[in-house]
Amino acid sequence: MNVRWIETARGAKVRVFEGGGGTPLVFLHGAGGLFAENPFLEPLARRYRIFAPELPGYGESTGETLLEDMLDFALHGWDVVAALDLERPHLLGHSMGGMIAAEMACLAPRDLGKLVLAAPLGLWIDDAPTPDLFALLPHEAAQVLFHEPAQGAALLTGGLDFRNLQALKEFYIGNVKRLGMAGKILFPIPNRRLAKRLYRLRAETLLVVGSSDRFVPAAYLRRWQELLPRAQLVQIEAAGHMLPYEQPDAFVGAVSRFLG
Amino acid sequence: MKFTWFNLMPWPFLPENFRQTHRSVWVDIPNSLYDPRRGHFVYHQYMDQLEYADALGFDGIGVNEHHQNGYGLMPSPNLIAAGLARRTSRAAIAVIGNSIALYNPPIRVAEEFAMLDVLSGGRLLAGFPVGTSMDTNYCYGQIPALTREKYAEAHELILRAWTESEIFAFDGKYNQLRYVNCWPKPIQKPHPPIYIPGGGSIETWDFCLDHDYNYSYLSFGGYLRGRALLEGYWERVAARGKDESPYRAAFAQIIAVADTDADAERLYAEHILYFFNRCLHVYPGFADAPGYRTIKTIQSGALSQLSEDMQKVFTKLTWKDLVEGGYVIAGSPETVRQRMEEMIRGLRVGHVFCLFHSGNMPDEKTRHSTKLFAERVMPHLRELWPEWKGDARWWCKPMDERLRPEATLQSGEPS
Repeated sequence: MNVRWIETARGAKVRVFEGGGGTPLVFLHGAGGLFAENPFLEPLARRYRIFAPELPGYGESTGETLLEDMLDFALHGWDVVAALDLERPHLLGHSMGGMIAAEMACLAPRDLGKLVLAAPLGLWIDDAPTPDLFALLPHEAAQVLFHEPAQGAALLTGGLDFRNLQALKEFYIGNVKRLGMAGKILFPIPNRRLAKRLYRLRAETLLVVGSSDRFVPAAYLRRWQELLPRAQLVQIEAAGHMLPYEQPDAFVGAVSRFLG
Repeated sequence: MKFTWFNLMPWPFLPENFRQTHRSVWVDIPNSLYDPRRGHFVYHQYMDQLEYADALGFDGIGVNEHHQNGYGLMPSPNLIAAGLARRTSRAAIAVIGNSIALYNPPIRVAEEFAMLDVLSGGRLLAGFPVGTSMDTNYCYGQIPALTREKYAEAHELILRAWTESEIFAFDGKYNQLRYVNCWPKPIQKPHPPIYIPGGGSIETWDFCLDHDYNYSYLSFGGYLRGRALLEGYWERVAARGKDESPYRAAFAQIIAVADTDADAERLYAEHILYFFNRCLHVYPGFADAPGYRTIKTIQSGALSQLSEDMQKVFTKLTWKDLVEGGYVIAGSPETVRQRMEEMIRGLRVGHVFCLFHSGNMPDEKTRHSTKLFAERVMPHLRELWPEWKGDARWWCKPMDERLRPEATLQSGEPS
């Protein structure tokens, strides 16, 4: 993957990982951001021209104060597409990225190809609350997010040695920056009324979820299907909320079959 | 020196094994632990104690705001302050304070504080905390990364509402009001003294210095731990070219006075340990929502905060640790006088928020400790800052001709 820097019309400076060729596909990361290793990007780059921009506050992208609410985040997504000079890209959003991608598709329904929502956030069901991402301790986060929590913990921390206080502090600051941004659309409840706008969505849509997602319970999948009755569904075995990281082959397979 | 008698108003009936059976005293503490019928007596006892402190000559009596909190039973400190305003006439009423980012619109705070100032005859000290992350983000749902900006806007609105003579329109990001018109307005002009309680954000220091507000460092870590932080504050005061009046700063301290040092331990240890072991049992996931503190503040902070949480420190504390570590100033009047002087000079503070009631301390013990302090400690600490005598910039300026409680009690006959 190559690294490319763009500046959006609003003024955010965004780091984008890009690679491959063919139909453009934009990947929008979740609240944790891109990890040190993102094992699904290279395989996707073999079939598509893939772009993985990092939100302001994530990685080295800046401009955090420019984005305050859901509309800002969704418009920022289109600003990135514009700065990359892409025509009707496919959008693939994971978790919080799925919420943003769905909003983008509702705002500008004719401006994308297909839409993939991987374990998307954005809905709320009173009787099935999702765990409070902002009150989870590190070891609890891995339990909730991964099918295999032990491997997940290593992925979340990038294998850092937390006995090294400086490394711990840098990780902590990075985490605060990421979740501080995510909180603008996810805190205290990850619902910015996307449900009432989903009627506008017209792109062909795939819902892809992990079969053991402990973060977003099954009730949400049913709700998504009610709201998007024409969406296709793929469930991936032995995967939790972080399915692209836990089962990259199955994930890329499902996405590729759908996008063609 | 100014001494304010402060009551956090803890719930005194937390179970013995609270720490083992519950994850947090704050935010998600089960409300089944609260009994409103017992609460009736608890509120009145705590308010009686505040009034007692006024009678004993404390300069101020103080209350604060917490939500969903087993050691702070005042979601609305203004209600308590209103009761105190009726039953006292001398002490300043320190409301430290109202979390102004939580009120929609915050003009509500301008109004209620003005009511308190009028009701008390100009005795209000007005606290404007950003609010802890527990209260502000987890209990009241404010978005962490936007809390400080919302706070700043609320502050601007309240100050303008108090000080401007004309009705004005306010087009804020968080508040849009066509007709801002604070009715009533405070007695104290241009406004009551403003206290900013802080836990160590460097932005807060600059905010206090920009406006010449009092900076109140409130922690339960005691004066030995507070010193490093207040040294940072005073360095900032010097760097900003401000005078070094000790009245710019306040500090909260747990104090317990008995006839002898041994008596202090015998009388108060179990109640103060109740506070540290049960009341300060806060789930670390609620301590600091990502985005609540600025990156600058986190970067300036000690790494030790990350590697060991305060809870673990507090669990292991014994009475000896509490006293020697300066968490608590306890002992005979002479011991307490020495420690207080060391604390006041070491931190360079002109105001102390004195915490005499701790945890589940019974009323008679609280009064005993309070009375010994008022009679045998406080008089010896009055003149520690002779070069700043008369610096009343951070104290209330009541009306001389205000009503006294006797008068309000007697004039109930309808005419």
